[in-house]
Amino acid sequence: MKSFEFILNKRNSRLTFWLMLAALLLLPFATDALFGRGWVRIVDFAMLYIMLALGLNIVVGYAGLLDLGYIAFFAVGAYCYALTGSPHLAHAFPLLFPDGVHLSFWIVMPLAALLAGGFGALLGAPTLRLRGDYLAIVTLGFGEITRIFLNNLNAPVNLTNGPQGISRIDPINVAGISLNTTQEIFSITFPSVHLYFYLFLAFTALVIFVSQRLEKSRIGRAWMAIREDEIAASAMGINTRNLKLLAFAMGAMFGGASGALFAGFQGFVSPESFSLMESIMVLCMVVLGGMGNIAGVILGGVLLALLPEVLRHSVVPLQQVLFGKTLVDPESLRMLLFGGALILMMLYRPAGLLPSRVRRRELDGDETTAEASVYDATH
Amino acid sequence: MPHTENVLLHTSRISKQFGGLSALSDVSLHIQRGEIYGLIGPNGAGKTTLFNVLTGLYQPSAGEFQFNGTHYQAGKPHVLAQAGIARTFQNIRLFANLTALENVMIGRHVRTRAGVFGALLHNRATRNEERAITERSRELLRYVGIEKPAQILAKHLSYGEQRRLEIARALATDPLLLALDEPAAGMNATETESLKTLVQTIRDHGITVLLIEHDVKLIMGLCDRVAVLDYGKKIAEGVPEEVRKDPAVIAAYLGQETPSSSPQGGGRGVPGGSAATLTHGGGDD
Repeated sequence: MKSFEFILNKRNSRLTFWLMLAALLLLPFATDALFGRGWVRIVDFAMLYIMLALGLNIVVGYAGLLDLGYIAFFAVGAYCYALTGSPHLAHAFPLLFPDGVHLSFWIVMPLAALLAGGFGALLGAPTLRLRGDYLAIVTLGFGEITRIFLNNLNAPVNLTNGPQGISRIDPINVAGISLNTTQEIFSITFPSVHLYFYLFLAFTALVIFVSQRLEKSRIGRAWMAIREDEIAASAMGINTRNLKLLAFAMGAMFGGASGALFAGFQGFVSPESFSLMESIMVLCMVVLGGMGNIAGVILGGVLLALLPEVLRHSVVPLQQVLFGKTLVDPESLRMLLFGGALILMMLYRPAGLLPSRVRRRELDGDETTAEASVYDATH
Repeated sequence: MPHTENVLLHTSRISKQFGGLSALSDVSLHIQRGEIYGLIGPNGAGKTTLFNVLTGLYQPSAGEFQFNGTHYQAGKPHVLAQAGIARTFQNIRLFANLTALENVMIGRHVRTRAGVFGALLHNRATRNEERAITERSRELLRYVGIEKPAQILAKHLSYGEQRRLEIARALATDPLLLALDEPAAGMNATETESLKTLVQTIRDHGITVLLIEHDVKLIMGLCDRVAVLDYGKKIAEGVPEEVRKDPAVIAAYLGQETPSSSPQGGGRGVPGGSAATLTHGGGDD
């Protein structure tokens, strides 16, 4: 999980790129050998979180719109895949879909992204005039409404199967290969979690690419103008309504795409995966890593996705050794550490671990700051 | 009324109320192409309110205005920017965490077109457009005299540079009318003088300028025509020399009682106290 370093380094040479790529390609094998297969799965989940965090970064980091219900788009993507790639709909519409719906992954994927994008615009439309706290409350409500809908849409027509969730979701099929099987390629064995890792890696790379291109474009500049001063932005001719909707929709599309991947990977979705806590978790990845900075957001995603697993695998055995029994449950310890880390961050690194380009100039003593202070001194 | 085609902006009977307070009442004025038009008046006279109506930030309570041949009853800021009105703000509103160059580049937004697909594909048209945006923005920074700190964050610029950057950003929208809200506020004499030169240069390049100013001396030395607002009403309009001698204007600035024969007054006196200010607003329209 070192991909952020490659992006961080502006003058990355071709060599660093290939080295990073090789390291990433070997990562599942290294993880498997060092920590066991369970950890490859954890790394896979971390990739999904990175995609989510990068999507939210568009809304929060670029356009400056606080969104506390982002996980709803993840849910939309996941349920989109679950409904169109499982036997579930056979219960609701036995005549229409006797075997359920089993669309190809390559059809469902864009569908999930577009559907989530639509939901993003739907959330954006009524919140255009809201800012800050008010926007946060409305988006929080949106996230909860989505989850409650999923929880209750099992009647009158059983669409989501309620709290039981939808199971037996088709595994993702790429080029005729089901990723749920172990594959033998050039006499190297690729277990299912490895195959999913490569798929997620490809999608994460795509998400990074899209984020980078957007950041350095006319659209990205307009988003940042809205973030900095909405009134001045509109006075400069920026249609703030359309661009805010676009930010919500683009962010939601990333969420939807990663939701579809999640459903295919997990084979099961239920409303409890999409709680408010998850929204906050993704927001924390963005804030902790460094809002508006792709490398920072990736770092935040990796740290926060791995932290609970590290705790789970270290705290219980440690307590067993020390006290002979488990005194503190890792889940509550996670919240404690997490809260503490956030407080420390806000005190000492309010702009995140890897602040965005402009903020870094102020915080670190790199050459641009030196340039700025020389400039200040001479004027 | 001069020839209509020479009139760039024409407001007819614009009023704006905030609750019971009438910030603007029946303000009609016209700005001709190529002139520097000054808008002066004491604190709270409604200058900035009028500005905000003309740039779409406020919806007028009544009245409408015509800009470059099109009627607007209530505009949206981005629509008016598109139409060719660019503004600066009394309290500088730059994009503080972006560089000076980026600030100006954002000003080019309204005259460029690349969308999401352009950004993603980064095709030839987009690359050319980006290059043109950067070049034009650097040119504008040079034009207002702050090319050196192009890569410095806007908030690290000195006060005078920030004012200039706001002007460069406004010019980046290729305006027909550049509206400056107290550009000389907080500037020293030297800075004010060089600002004056800059505004004249801008006008000489064919851009009409609307200038709100507190500094009467600057207005008088710079403007072709001047309107004076007091308590939301236009009390005088004309060339600076005439306006300077107008008894109503002198009264407004010095706080004297005016004779009831003042041009617009209808027997109203210019009040010296704040209680009178409030009653005046509610009862006069």
